[in-house]
Amino acid sequence: MPEKILDVKNLQIDFNTYAGEVKAIRDVSFHLNKGETLAIVGESGSGKSVTTRSIIGLLAKNANVVGGEINFHGENLLEASEKDMQNIRGNEISMIFQDPMTSLDPTMKIGQQIAEPLIKHKGASKKEAWAKALEMMKAVGIPDADKRINQYPHQFSGGMRQRIVIAIALICEPEILLADEPTTALDVTVQAEILDLMKDLQKRIKTSIIFITHDLGVVAGMADRVAVMYAGEILEYGTVDDIFFDPQHPYTWGLINSMPTLDSDTLESIPGTPPDLLDPPKGDPFAPRNKYAMKIDIERKPPFFKVSDTHYAATWLLAPGAPKVEPPLEIQRRWKKYALMKKDHELVSEN
Amino acid sequence: MTRYLLKRIFYMILTLFIVATITFFLMKLMPGSPYANEAKMTPTQLEIMNKQYGLNKPIWEQYLIYIGGMLHGDFGTSFQYSNQPVSSLISARLGVSVQLGLQALIFGVVVGVFVGAIAAMKQGTWADSTATVFAIIGKSVPNFVLAVILQYYIGLKLGWFPIAGWGSFSQTILPTLALSVGPLAETARFIRTSMVDTLSSDYIELGKAKGLSRTEVIRKHAMRNSMIPLVTLIGPYAVALMTGSMVIENIFNIPGIGEQFVKSILTNDYPTIMGVTMVYCVGLVVILLITDIIYGLIDPRIRLTEKEA
Repeated sequence: MPEKILDVKNLQIDFNTYAGEVKAIRDVSFHLNKGETLAIVGESGSGKSVTTRSIIGLLAKNANVVGGEINFHGENLLEASEKDMQNIRGNEISMIFQDPMTSLDPTMKIGQQIAEPLIKHKGASKKEAWAKALEMMKAVGIPDADKRINQYPHQFSGGMRQRIVIAIALICEPEILLADEPTTALDVTVQAEILDLMKDLQKRIKTSIIFITHDLGVVAGMADRVAVMYAGEILEYGTVDDIFFDPQHPYTWGLINSMPTLDSDTLESIPGTPPDLLDPPKGDPFAPRNKYAMKIDIERKPPFFKVSDTHYAATWLLAPGAPKVEPPLEIQRRWKKYALMKKDHELVSEN
Repeated sequence: MTRYLLKRIFYMILTLFIVATITFFLMKLMPGSPYANEAKMTPTQLEIMNKQYGLNKPIWEQYLIYIGGMLHGDFGTSFQYSNQPVSSLISARLGVSVQLGLQALIFGVVVGVFVGAIAAMKQGTWADSTATVFAIIGKSVPNFVLAVILQYYIGLKLGWFPIAGWGSFSQTILPTLALSVGPLAETARFIRTSMVDTLSSDYIELGKAKGLSRTEVIRKHAMRNSMIPLVTLIGPYAVALMTGSMVIENIFNIPGIGEQFVKSILTNDYPTIMGVTMVYCVGLVVILLITDIIYGLIDPRIRLTEKEA
């Protein structure tokens, strides 16, 4: 059994707005194993960012944690004091934000910005911190680091800035790195470089990553496990192979089906829009957009059904006695491939 | 940098020249003459006087003589005070105005930054609303009204500070207060907006994610970034204080350059009007140059542009 480093249980977060209480996170549970990368996938507004922000205690002022636990080293982070959270942030749990163009202080030298967490958390002297910052800049692949350490953010490109943000996040060698769409604002070629860099550093520093994205292509190359989020709930979770080759929830089908492939001539999409979380749906939140929905999907919330030891999905389609439905062709193709893969695997392990 | 400075100085001189020209001709359009009792003077007397002051020559010639003198640092002789050169008249009074203006500027900006920052940090609370209300009042009440109120209540009723005059530090307090309220209110309003903006930016979020406390985030990341737009305002403030001080100096009977300016306009003292205008103008262009340099010092993004220029 892999060691759980972070355990989120029944998290519930509301936002107070003029229109009323937006129930943004509704009973979300997941865990993060030591050294792995967990991807949280979902469309905008599904609650992925809010979930990660609640881990680090940086929710917006109008957010209200209604219930749940976030356990880290035997402590519930939701009950930790602001002082304790400050000691954890940037030290044991770090975060990378989406837009590197605005994430850095425009009037402070890069070196100082990278060194800051080290001085704060490890009590390093300015000189020590500066030396470590230089080392970190080299580690994240910034050329001419000795010169560039004295420069300001506007003298760096977007990709370089994201490298610097990564250096800031990792300088204290945190146990958990929260990456909130770290490559969304970058060019595709730069994206790949940043992802490679993150994987490389993850191995070196042995940190666990929660990777938030709406880009399934990125997930495939990056994650060990995947949780699919929709309308403030997790609908399905499993290993990368479970999700990509044996998806069970119709929403996951929709997501995978809307990924363009080399031989697809049309771009598939999921019709409709996510539900209004001021008044969240009673049953499966995806039911109104789901062409496979049954009556029970609208009336009762499905529990998680076990697909395998690593794979769970919350859909009534997995209930015993549920009717068999035909998923989209692309999904059927993947299922077949998965069955073959499994067979090969069994053959290999038998020999 | 040197090239940039030389270029700026060239433009400064050009500006001064244009201002001198426009002021000279505008001044000649003013009604009346420099003589207090023109009606009683005979035409011969007038002619003699005009000749003595060079006012009998055609205007373009007077202009050339004036500009020529100015290039040598000679601003002419005052009409009001017999045989007193304008340059010595101004230099005797300039120090007083600069002291008053600087005191008001420093007090206003420092207190304004403080008030604005608190309002931004306590955004949406009573402290914020109070600061906003005072900022609006401070901005809308003219400083001469405030001056009279201060004189009456603090000077006369409470007797804390002298009502008027110049000489001791306590005499500078009321005029400084009256002058500083405008910039104070404006600074507070400006810093509040700028700070609220800065506090919602991503790098403040990253500062928090680094584990910095709220005060550390504000001190290290928010303060400097919120101050940048303020620097642009300080130039116009300084000028506003100089012109504002004209009225204030009159109300508090302060022997400053502003008071002199008003007097010289009332008496058609041409050389003094020109001299004081030029002093104001030099002050303005120098302050603008200084603010641009300060701008570059606190915002590294500007430094680069300068080098490229």
